[in-house]
Amino acid sequence: MKHLIPEFEKLKRRYPAGFESSLVLPCLHRIQDDRGYVADEDVDGLCAWLGVPRIQVEEVLSYYTMFRRSPVGRWHVQVCRNVSCSMRGAERLIGHVCRRLGVEPGTTTADGRFTVSTVECLGSCGTAPVMVVNEAYHENMDAAKADALLEGLK
Amino acid sequence: MPGRALLMDFAVTPTSHRLADYRARGGYDALRKVLGTMKPEQVTKEVAASGILGHGGAAFPAGRKWQVIHLDDGQPHYLCANADEGEPGTFKDRWILEHAPHRLVESMAIAAYALQVRHAFVYIRGEFDLPYRRLQAAVDEAYEAGLLGERILGTDFSMDLVVHRGAGSYVCGEASGLLTSIEGRKGYPRNRPPRLTVKGLYQRPTVVNNVETLSNLSAILAMGADAFRRIGTPKSPGTQLVSISGHVARPGVYEVEFGYPVAKFIHEDCGGVLGGRALKCIVPGGISTKVLTGEEIAEVTYDHASFAKAGSGLGSGGMIVVAEGTCMVRLLQVMVRFYHHESCGQCTPCREGMGWMHRLVDGIVEGRGRPGDLERMELIAMANDGTTICGMGDACGYAVTGILAKYRDEFEHWIAQGRSKFDGRLEIGEPEAALA
Ligand SMILES: Cc1cc2nc3c(=O)[nH]c(=O)nc-3n(C[C@H](O)[C@H](O)[C@H](O)COP(=O)(O)O)c2cc1C
Ligand code: SF4
Ligand code: FES
Repeated sequence: MKHLIPEFEKLKRRYPAGFESSLVLPCLHRIQDDRGYVADEDVDGLCAWLGVPRIQVEEVLSYYTMFRRSPVGRWHVQVCRNVSCSMRGAERLIGHVCRRLGVEPGTTTADGRFTVSTVECLGSCGTAPVMVVNEAYHENMDAAKADALLEGLK
Repeated sequence: MPGRALLMDFAVTPTSHRLADYRARGGYDALRKVLGTMKPEQVTKEVAASGILGHGGAAFPAGRKWQVIHLDDGQPHYLCANADEGEPGTFKDRWILEHAPHRLVESMAIAAYALQVRHAFVYIRGEFDLPYRRLQAAVDEAYEAGLLGERILGTDFSMDLVVHRGAGSYVCGEASGLLTSIEGRKGYPRNRPPRLTVKGLYQRPTVVNNVETLSNLSAILAMGADAFRRIGTPKSPGTQLVSISGHVARPGVYEVEFGYPVAKFIHEDCGGVLGGRALKCIVPGGISTKVLTGEEIAEVTYDHASFAKAGSGLGSGGMIVVAEGTCMVRLLQVMVRFYHHESCGQCTPCREGMGWMHRLVDGIVEGRGRPGDLERMELIAMANDGTTICGMGDACGYAVTGILAKYRDEFEHWIAQGRSKFDGRLEIGEPEAALA
C-alpha cells in the first residue's frame, strides 16, 4: 500500500483535521481496488500511517461485507436475491449461473475466473433481477443475457 | 404523471446531470438567493414553515430536527446526507444521485449555511458505483465553479463536501450507525439519548437527513414555504419519489404528489399488475412496513395520514406490488433471512430473535413446521418491539406480524399439509423458456 500514501495524503485534506480515523474506510476501498483484496501487510501499513489500532481495522474488515481478506476470481458475479429480484426470477437466475459455471454460491471456479455470490438488495429493484459483475450493474437479467455476458468475460 | 413534480421536473438526457444543464434549468439560483439575502436562522425557519417531512423512513419533520442546532454554541456542526439506501424495494435516492446530483449538492450547501456547517458529508452505499462517480463529478464541478469550498459565490460562507463510501452494511443506513461508520469503525448504532443533534459525528451536533429530504431544499427555498405547502396535502406537503417494483407492469421511480390515489397510481400510472393479474397486496414503503391488501388500498391516498389510518406507513417510499398467486410464506422467508443477515448483533433480542424467526420460517418451508410456530414468531416480534438500540428490531417485527395478521392461513396450510398453498411461488406468470 506504500505507493498509495501520496493519494491518501490528498484524501486526508478533504476531511476535518484531527479525525484521521475517518480515513479507514476510504483507504481500505482504495487498497482493495488496487490489490483485489486487503492483505496483512496492507493492514500493517495502514495502521502505521493512520496511527489507529490494528484491532479497529480488523474489526472494520470483518464487519463490512464488501471488504475481502483474500482474492476472488477475476470476475466477481454478485446476484441479488432479495424480495423484488426473487419476484422477478432471481432464484432461477442464481441456479442458472451456478450450473453454467459449475460452482455453488460463495465459491470460485477452478480456473480462478469467476466467483459467484448472492447478495441482498442492490438498490436496483425496479430493473430486477440484477447482477453486479465487479463494479458494473447488469439489470433486467435473464438466462440468455447472463449467458451472453459471461461468455464475453475472459 | 401522478401529480405535480418538484424533483423529476426535467427530461433526462446524456448531459442533464452536468452543471451546465442544471444551471440552465435555474440551478444554484436558490443558493445565490439564500447566501445573498437570507440569514441562516431565516433559512431554518423557512424549512420549518414548509412542513417537509423526512423521506428516509421515519417521516420526522426536518425543521424540528434542525431547530435543535444552536448556531451560537461555539462548536463545529456537521451535516450528513444519508445515501446508504439499503431498504429492500427502495432505489429512489439512486435516481437523484445519478440524474440530479447537483440538486443534492446545492441543497446541502443551503443546509450547511442554515446550520453553519463547515464540513458536510454524503454517506453513499458502497455498491453504488455509477451514482458515486456521478456525485463525485458533480462535487468536483461545483468546487471548480466556486459553488463549494472557500468563500462560496464570493460571500463569507465556506464549506467542504466529502463523499464517503460505505462498504456493504444495511445498518449503516441508520443515522447513528452511519456516523459511527464515518468515524472509521464498524457501523454500530448508538443508544439515544444523547440525540445526534446534540452529540453526533465526532461528538458534535449533527444533522442527518435523507438524500431526498435534502434535495427538496433548493425547490423550497426557490419557491418559498407557502408555495411548497400548496403542493401535496396539508399534513404531508410536497411529493415523494416512489420506487415501485415487484409484480408491476412498469416498475421504476415515479414522483407522486402527496394525496394522490394509490390504486390509480398502481393501475394507471404504473400499468397495473404484471400479466393483468389481480392485486394481492402491496408492501408500501420498504419491507419494514406492514403489507396492505388490494381491498385495503382501494380508498387510500398517498400520504402519511391515509396510510397510518390503513394501518401501515409510507416508510422509504419503496413500494412492492404482489400479485395474486404469490406465496406469502416464501416472501416472508426472504425478508426474515435479510434481517437476520443484516443484524449488527449488538442487541440480544435482535440478534437472537431474528436468527430464531429465520429458523422457524425455514422450518415451515422445509416441511418441519409445528403448531405453535406462528405464536412463537409473534412473541419474538413482540419482545423485539422497542427493546433494541435501533429501529431494526421493530422493523423485522412489523414485517412478520403484518404478514401473519393477513395471511396466517397460508402458514397454517404449509404447517398442516407440509406444502405451500401457492407452490412456493414468488414469481408469477409462465417462466420464460430461457430460464427454465
Ligand atoms: C436499520 C435502519 C436502516 C435505515 N436505512 C436508511 C437508509 O438507507 N436511508 C435513509 O435515508 N434512512 C435510513 N434509515 C433512517 C435513518 O435512521 C434516519 O431516520 C434518516 O436518515 C433521517 O433522514 P430524514 O429525517 O430526512 O428521513 C434507517 C433506519 C434504520 C433503523
Ligand atoms: S436492533 Fe439489531 S441492528 Fe439495531 S443495533 Fe440492535 S442488534 Fe444492531
Ligand atoms: S431486491 Fe434486488 S436490487 Fe433490490
